[in-house]
Amino acid sequence: MLAVEGVSKRFGGLMAVNNASLSLQPGGIVGLIGPNGAGKTTLFSMISGFVAPSDGRIRFEGTDITGEEPHRRAELGIGRTFQIVQPFAGLTVCENIAVGAYLRHAKRADATAKAREVARRVGLGTELDRPAGGLTVAGRKRLELARALATEPTLLLLDEVLAGLNPSEIRDILPVIRGIRDEGVTILMIEHVMQAVMNLCERVYVLAQGRMIAEGPPAVVCADARVIEAYLGHGAAARLKAEGAAHG
Amino acid sequence: MYSPQIILEAALNGLMTGAVYALIALGLTLIYGVLHIINFAHGALLTCAMFAVWIAWAWLGMDPYLAILPLVPLMFVLGYGLQRFVIGPASHGDDGNILLVTLGLSIVLENVLLAVFQSDTRTLDTDYSFQVVALGPLLLSYPRLIGLGVAVVVTGLLWLVLNRTDTGKAIRAVAKEKLGANLVGIDVPHVYAVTFGLGCACLAVAAGLLMPTFYVNPRIGGAFVLVAFTVVVLGGMGSLPGALLGGLFIGVVESLCGLFLGDSLGQIGIFLIFIAVLLVRPTGLFGAKA
Amino acid sequence: MTVRDLIPIAVLILLAALLPLVVTSSPVLNFLVFMLIVALGAQGWNILGGFGGQFSFGHAAFFGTGAYVTAILQTRYGINAWAGLVLATAAGAAVGWVIGFLSFRSGLRGSYFALVTLAFAEVFRILANAASFTGGAAGLLIKLDVRPANLQFDDRAVFYWLVLALVAAVLLLTRWIQRSRFGAQLVAVRENEDAAKALGVNSLKVKLRAIALSGGVTALSGCLYAQYFLYIDANIAYGSWISVELLLAPIIGGVGTVFGPVVGALTLHGLGELAKQFAGRIPGIDLIVFGGVLVLAVAFARGGILGLLERLRDRGRGMVTRGPKEVSHAGR
Repeated sequence: MLAVEGVSKRFGGLMAVNNASLSLQPGGIVGLIGPNGAGKTTLFSMISGFVAPSDGRIRFEGTDITGEEPHRRAELGIGRTFQIVQPFAGLTVCENIAVGAYLRHAKRADATAKAREVARRVGLGTELDRPAGGLTVAGRKRLELARALATEPTLLLLDEVLAGLNPSEIRDILPVIRGIRDEGVTILMIEHVMQAVMNLCERVYVLAQGRMIAEGPPAVVCADARVIEAYLGHGAAARLKAEGAAHG
Repeated sequence: MYSPQIILEAALNGLMTGAVYALIALGLTLIYGVLHIINFAHGALLTCAMFAVWIAWAWLGMDPYLAILPLVPLMFVLGYGLQRFVIGPASHGDDGNILLVTLGLSIVLENVLLAVFQSDTRTLDTDYSFQVVALGPLLLSYPRLIGLGVAVVVTGLLWLVLNRTDTGKAIRAVAKEKLGANLVGIDVPHVYAVTFGLGCACLAVAAGLLMPTFYVNPRIGGAFVLVAFTVVVLGGMGSLPGALLGGLFIGVVESLCGLFLGDSLGQIGIFLIFIAVLLVRPTGLFGAKA
Repeated sequence: MTVRDLIPIAVLILLAALLPLVVTSSPVLNFLVFMLIVALGAQGWNILGGFGGQFSFGHAAFFGTGAYVTAILQTRYGINAWAGLVLATAAGAAVGWVIGFLSFRSGLRGSYFALVTLAFAEVFRILANAASFTGGAAGLLIKLDVRPANLQFDDRAVFYWLVLALVAAVLLLTRWIQRSRFGAQLVAVRENEDAAKALGVNSLKVKLRAIALSGGVTALSGCLYAQYFLYIDANIAYGSWISVELLLAPIIGGVGTVFGPVVGALTLHGLGELAKQFAGRIPGIDLIVFGGVLVLAVAFARGGILGLLERLRDRGRGMVTRGPKEVSHAGR
């Protein structure tokens, strides 16, 4: 449903993303991992339309969306969350989610009903009338998720929704993400918490220094020498192997 | 049609007026560059300084150029105090608030002056107010020529203060990275206030240079403040050389527009440039960082 | 909108409508009409500045356009004043849309937007002051011809009721905005534009709609000003004083609220009159008060008077519910 074809982004002299490609089939959860500064968020921003690629194209359900505005992509069914959560601080939780719901429901009553339903799904059902600025970090992450969901996307881009959460909060939110997938929403997620990646994703892409260096099931990818080197530095894979042999 | 000599004279006159614009803009751009705020009270503060020069002349018989000397520290203290005790605390660090607080201050200052001095226009005259210097076939106003010289010198001095003194380094550090500067022990509110004080001190110089050939009334600051904003935007927000060049440029534009369009439309050129620059290139014509 | 949304508006307007039955002195009625005109213009500012978060420092551009359009149509083309009212409003909306298109397309916001609106207002002022078409520096005089068909009434109270009715209409409009999709999207753009875009909000379109509405309402107030005082010049219609008043009222009253601009205009002009009473003939005394109140409001009362009242009410309620708990804690 989503095809990123040879996309690059140059910031001045820096190649943030270099000829990266990925493709998603409908359904399922796909991970996008890589070391810090690999260009993951930039790639996300290009898919959601906030950053225009210097090169390459992006297709969504067969149509070329490379030049479309972010709000048009949301209309087409691409939802996203932000790594740094961005609640509308002056609004209540319900009003925050309703902004997303208004995309497909013009009437206030319908949008509010949709917002309430989504809030319950992500576990914010009891916080509806609280000001969004007063939520905890975990609450804000859920809100970020709920707002994106309220736009009724077919593709959901999650940018580190687990970052900053403690292990029990992560445990609580994993079933929510699985639930979203089970309803037929395709999910592409940037994630650093490897345990969650292994647990959730059927497939992962690895981005390092702007290049796509590996792709496949998480277990396979994590054993890939190129991936280990990307994370731990040049020669690390060989060293690990040698150490493994010595201990074995 | 106008003869080349008239046009040249108008351009040179504009250059000299522009020097004073540059001085006013210098203060504004310095404050913007460090505090990242638009000081709406700049015009009203200029009016205060101009009245101070007038008072020094009318009540104490002091020469306007001489009056600059005591006025510079006075305006510095006023600016320091305003930022430290009014603008800073009242705006809670929010940009929109700062805009509103400085707007409120400018309304108060302007109308206090109005209450004290009424709306009369005041001038002062010196022996040299109407002296001219002959440069080949061109006749140039002597006090305005001095204004041009002083503006260039003050820009240079300000540059030296920023680049060669510890205070200047602290100011530049805060401008670049407020949090980091705070971490290494720089007193950020103090630096903010010092910067604001320096910006106001520039106004003291501008006021002293303006008064021999200009007039003052409580509303005069408004005429300058938009011009100064234009200069700042044109020169690139926060850039000192940009302010100097922008000021000179705007002075010439205003003078030539006045010549060709008449006095009532003369200023429109400035605002059209202002709007065009903001719309097309908000980072200014003379570079500056994006 | 529900009935509960409408009750406060209805009560306020009905009470205000009774005023001319009690007050018959001309200066007081003049004051009330002028205050309502400012309130109406400020309601326009509030749509863009309060709900949209785009602070304009140049709403005089719309106020003046409204005033000049109706004056020029009547004096030069003999067009009926009521038609002028409609056309002036439309012209204000159009000017708003154009200024908005130019500045929002360039991504101007915050201080930059404030400055560019200020510059537009100044350009209009200089042009109106110089062009003979607008009467130049001498200004324009609308011919005195007291007939309801000319939007001129021999009883000041009638004009008061007319302005009041329009203020009421804009209160309803604002309440509708607050309860609509457009309003939710506008506030979302104010709070965080990128997040709003990601949720499918076309932020350019939303902001353009807001500035057009805002310009239209403020132009309407300018038109009423011209029609009541029957004289305008560039410094009245496009002067910075009106830009400042239109922004002060909502900020003092409660920015981004339905009643804020009305409360603010009432407070400001009430205080201004008081200051004049106490300080006598000192020029600019009312403006000194305005500026001081603005600084104080920003320093101590974010959300203006209405925000302050709300906090007081919350504190009052909080004490009732929290009280017993604290007692039991103390008892342990």
